[in-house]
Amino acid sequence: MSNTLSFDYIVPGDDFTRAGEASSDVKHKLKKIGYDSDAIRRVAIAMYEGEINMVIHAGGGKVHVEISPEKIEMVLSDNGPGIEDVALAMREGYSTAPDKVRALGFGAGMGLPNMKKSTDVMEISTKVGVGTTLHMTVYAKR
Amino acid sequence: MTVKELAEHFGLKILAGENSLDRPVSGGYTCDLLSWAVARLPADAAWLTVMGNINAIAVASLKDAACIILTDSAPLDIPALEKARELSFPVLLSEQDSFTLGARIEGLLY
Repeated sequence: MSNTLSFDYIVPGDDFTRAGEASSDVKHKLKKIGYDSDAIRRVAIAMYEGEINMVIHAGGGKVHVEISPEKIEMVLSDNGPGIEDVALAMREGYSTAPDKVRALGFGAGMGLPNMKKSTDVMEISTKVGVGTTLHMTVYAKR
Repeated sequence: MTVKELAEHFGLKILAGENSLDRPVSGGYTCDLLSWAVARLPADAAWLTVMGNINAIAVASLKDAACIILTDSAPLDIPALEKARELSFPVLLSEQDSFTLGARIEGLLY
């Protein structure tokens, strides 16, 4: 018997009207469980940014979430173009988002830095032309 | 102060979320970059912005903001209106710009 709940989501590509549905759902589930509110806040930010990134850059992707009393683990994977220079992508203000995305209020180059700040552990595996996988962990108590 | 009291005090037009106007407002925030707001928008804040798209509604709801106030008579597009109605999330409209209205709200709240 394990104390872990797991959920899977598909993030549709190029559909800004549905971006944020997965993070919103996870947030509601965590609230229902009565999870630590700061952890919920951080998970919501990290997952939302991840979803938006997949919509903007990767034509969508998948999200796997595991919730245990100690921590929340998120795995976001896509088959997008990959990140050429991860260090550069991690820099605040750096963005490769197209103008139409900027017009929506995104593409400020805050996504990955926000995710890094909001999580306790963040690992990026990426290969140009193959895709990107992000592992993120938020502990219930920092 | 509730969203309803805020709306009445400043003569804000209610575009959506009529059933959630009893939400408390404990502060305000002004920003038009959604990525910025995702990280910094405080819970229970009135968010003053000109971004009236569906993603602004998603961000505001995700961050448990009290309401969105569209300033400078910025338009709320149809998908955003539908989403706000679906979530019963309050969206208000002001003719004033974010700076002017924000200063007035700040004076009232603190």
